[in-house]
Amino acid sequence: MSTIKITLRNSDVEQLKQICKNFNNDPGELINVLHGAQGLFGYLPAEVQELVAEELHISVAKVYGVVTFYSFFTMKPKGKHPISICLGTACYVRGAEKILEETKKQLKIEVGGTTPDGNFSLSCLRCVGACGLAPVMIVGDKTYGRVTPDRVKEILAEFND
Amino acid sequence: METIKINIDNKNIEVAKGTTILQAARNNGIHIPTLCYLNLEDMHIENKPGGCRVCVVEVQGRKNLAPACATECLEGMVIKTHSVRALNARRTVVELILSDHPADCLVCAKSGNCELQTLAQDLGIRQITYKGAQSTYRKDTSPSIIRDIDKCVMCRRCETMCNTIQTVGALSAINRGFEAVVAPAFEQNLIKSPCTFCGQCVAVCPTGALTEVDHTPQLIRDLADPTKTVVVQTAPAVRVALGEEFGMSAGSIVTGKMAAALREIGFNYVFDTDFAADLTIMEEGTELLGRLSKFLNGDKDVKLPILTSCCPAWVNFFEHYFPEMRDIPSTSRSPQQMFGAIAKNYFAKKIGVDRKDLVVVSVMPCLAKKYECGRDEFKTDGDPDVNYSISTRELAHLIKQANIDFAKLDEEDFDNPLGESTGAAVIFGTTGGVIEAAVRTAYELFTGKQLQKIDFEELRGLENVRSATIDFNGLPINIGIAHGLGNARKLLESVKKGECQFHAIEIMACPGGCIAGGGQPLHHGNADVIKARHAAIYQEDHDKPIRKSHENPYITKLYEEFLGKPCGELSHHLLHTHYFDKSKVEIKVK
Repeated sequence: MSTIKITLRNSDVEQLKQICKNFNNDPGELINVLHGAQGLFGYLPAEVQELVAEELHISVAKVYGVVTFYSFFTMKPKGKHPISICLGTACYVRGAEKILEETKKQLKIEVGGTTPDGNFSLSCLRCVGACGLAPVMIVGDKTYGRVTPDRVKEILAEFND
Repeated sequence: METIKINIDNKNIEVAKGTTILQAARNNGIHIPTLCYLNLEDMHIENKPGGCRVCVVEVQGRKNLAPACATECLEGMVIKTHSVRALNARRTVVELILSDHPADCLVCAKSGNCELQTLAQDLGIRQITYKGAQSTYRKDTSPSIIRDIDKCVMCRRCETMCNTIQTVGALSAINRGFEAVVAPAFEQNLIKSPCTFCGQCVAVCPTGALTEVDHTPQLIRDLADPTKTVVVQTAPAVRVALGEEFGMSAGSIVTGKMAAALREIGFNYVFDTDFAADLTIMEEGTELLGRLSKFLNGDKDVKLPILTSCCPAWVNFFEHYFPEMRDIPSTSRSPQQMFGAIAKNYFAKKIGVDRKDLVVVSVMPCLAKKYECGRDEFKTDGDPDVNYSISTRELAHLIKQANIDFAKLDEEDFDNPLGESTGAAVIFGTTGGVIEAAVRTAYELFTGKQLQKIDFEELRGLENVRSATIDFNGLPINIGIAHGLGNARKLLESVKKGECQFHAIEIMACPGGCIAGGGQPLHHGNADVIKARHAAIYQEDHDKPIRKSHENPYITKLYEEFLGKPCGELSHHLLHTHYFDKSKVEIKVK
C-alpha cells in the first residue's frame, strides 16, 4: 500500500484531536477513532495515522497494522463522486457484473481505484436493500436503479464538471 | 496451591491449577515442539499468540486438537501429545509453513541455528507436498539489522519484544491473511522507524527473517592488508557467552581462549573494552560527583539523577522518546567509543601509525553498537573511531573460518596498554554492573575512605526495576536500575513526574543487560542460559586481582601521560558526547 503524504490544515488537526477526545484518547477505541477519521477525511493518509498514534499514545506501526487489516479502511483518497456498484445476489443475477465492467472501462480504473483527476472512485458493495431496483449503482448520494450497461456513460456524464 | 490430576502420554501427573498443557508436559520431561511460543519466565517475557499450531495435541473428548501452549489443564484431562492425528496435523502445519519459505537453508545466516529447520528435521520432513504462492518482500538493510521477511513465519515474537517488552513500537503485524507480515509503519525501512537497534527482535527470531548485518568480510580484507594495523577490543559480556557457540555450557568463562583465538586470527593487538569501561567509570564517576557536590552546595539547576549512557540502544531510545530530558544522561561516551577514541588518538601515535591505517574492531554482544560506531560525531574527517563492530556470533564464525579448535586453545592474556582491566569493568556486562562499578569508585573518591566490602549485593539481580540506597559516609545515595526499555520508560516517566528521588540511574536496553544482548549466541527461549552468564560475570569480577576502576594502573598512566584529569579538556573532547532530538518530525500545520 502506498503512502500518500498530505499536509493537514489546522482545522483538520483540531477536528481529528476532537474525535480522539470523544473516545477519551483510549487506545482500545482505535477502530472507532479511525472510523471517525475516515468519515472526516474520506481516507486515512499517513499524517492522520501519525496524529491518531500520538493522541492515543500508541505506535504508528500499530495504527498502520489496524488500518491495513480491515478492508474498510483505506489510505487512498476517494473521488469527489464515489461510485458503489451493488454485487448483492439480486443485482448480480440481473447483470451487475456487466455494469461494473462498463464502469471500469469508461473510467479506466479498477475496483478500489480513483480517477487521476480525482473526480470518481470505484467500489463494490453487497446489497443496499433496494433489490426491487436491481441492478443498482450509487454515485455520491444518488441511487440509480435498473441500470443497463449503455446507461453508464450518461450517468457518469452527469457528474463531469 | 490448588492442584489437579491429569494424564499425559499415559503418565498420571498432578499439576497446579492454571498450568498449560505445554508447561505440564515440559515439567514432566515430555517435549512438545513449538514455534511461535516463547517464555523467559524469570525475565517476565512471554509470547503466546497460539498462532502457529505446531504444538497441537489430542485431548480425549475434545472435538478439535488443542494448542498445548494456550490450553489450560482441566481436572481429569487425558492428553496424547503424539497420537497419529496430532502428528499428522503437526506435520501438515510445518509443511504449509515450509511451502511459503525460501529453501535457501545452505546459505542462510541462521542455518544450524534455525528453529524452523530444527522442527523440520525433528519431524523428519523430506519433501514439501504443498505448492502455492510464495511471498516476495523486499529486503530491508539497516546499519545493524537485516529484515528478510520472506523468511517470516508470523510467530510475532519480534512484535512482542518491540512493543510489549521494549515499548519501542517500531514493528507491528500488518495486512491480513497471506499478505500478513511484521513491518514498521507504512512498510518503511527500519532506519526510518523509531527502532533503537537493540536487536531483541533478532535475539528471538526463530528463523532467518531477522539477522545482523555481517561485517566480517570487510574485516577479513583488512586483516590481510599489510598497510593496516588491526586492533580488536572485546566487550565484557562476550567472554561469558562465546563458549556456547563451541558446545560449551552456558556461563563458561572463555576470556583467555578468546584472546588466544583473536591473536590466531591475525589481529595485531588484542585489547579489551573492559579497559575503556574502567575509563568510563573515571569519567562518569567524576561527572556524578561533580553534579552531587553542586547539588549539596544548594545548586537548584543541577541535573539529577544522572543516567548512564553506555548503552547505545538506550541512547537511541531517549533521543527518540525523551528528547526533552537529553541533558540528564551522562555525557560520557560508551566504552566502545572511548576505546576507539583512545586507540586512534593515543595508541596510534604511540606506535607511530596514522589513524587512518589503524583499524579498530569491536566484538560486542550488541547490534546497536554497529549503528553507534557509524554515528557522525564519532568520526574524525570521515574516519570512524571504531571501524567495525561485530557480534559475538560473528566472532564465532570468524574463529570457525580460521580453522581454530577453540576448546583446545591455551589461555592467553590481552595485550597492553589497552588490555588491562578490573573486576568493576567486567560487571558492565550485566544489569546493575555499571552502577556498582561507579559506586565502588565514587564512594572511595567522595569519602576518601577505602570500601570495607566491594560487593554491593543490593544492586544485583534480574528484577525488572530495582532501587537501593548506598551510604556515602552518612550521605544516602539513591540508586535506580532498570533493564529492558519498557522498564526504562516506566522509571523515566516517574522521574519526569518527580515521583522518585534518585541520584543516579543505570539503564540497559536489553532485558538482563548485555549478557542477553541482540548479538549474543541465541538463548532459544531458555532463561537458564542468561542466568548462567549473569553468574559467570560476577565470578569473573570476583577472580580479578583489582576490582575498582580507579585502581587500574594503566588508567592512571593514561591520565598522567595523555589525558590530564577526568572530565578535563582533552577528556571532554575525546571521551564525551552530546545527544540529539530524534523524536518524529512535527506534523506540518498549514
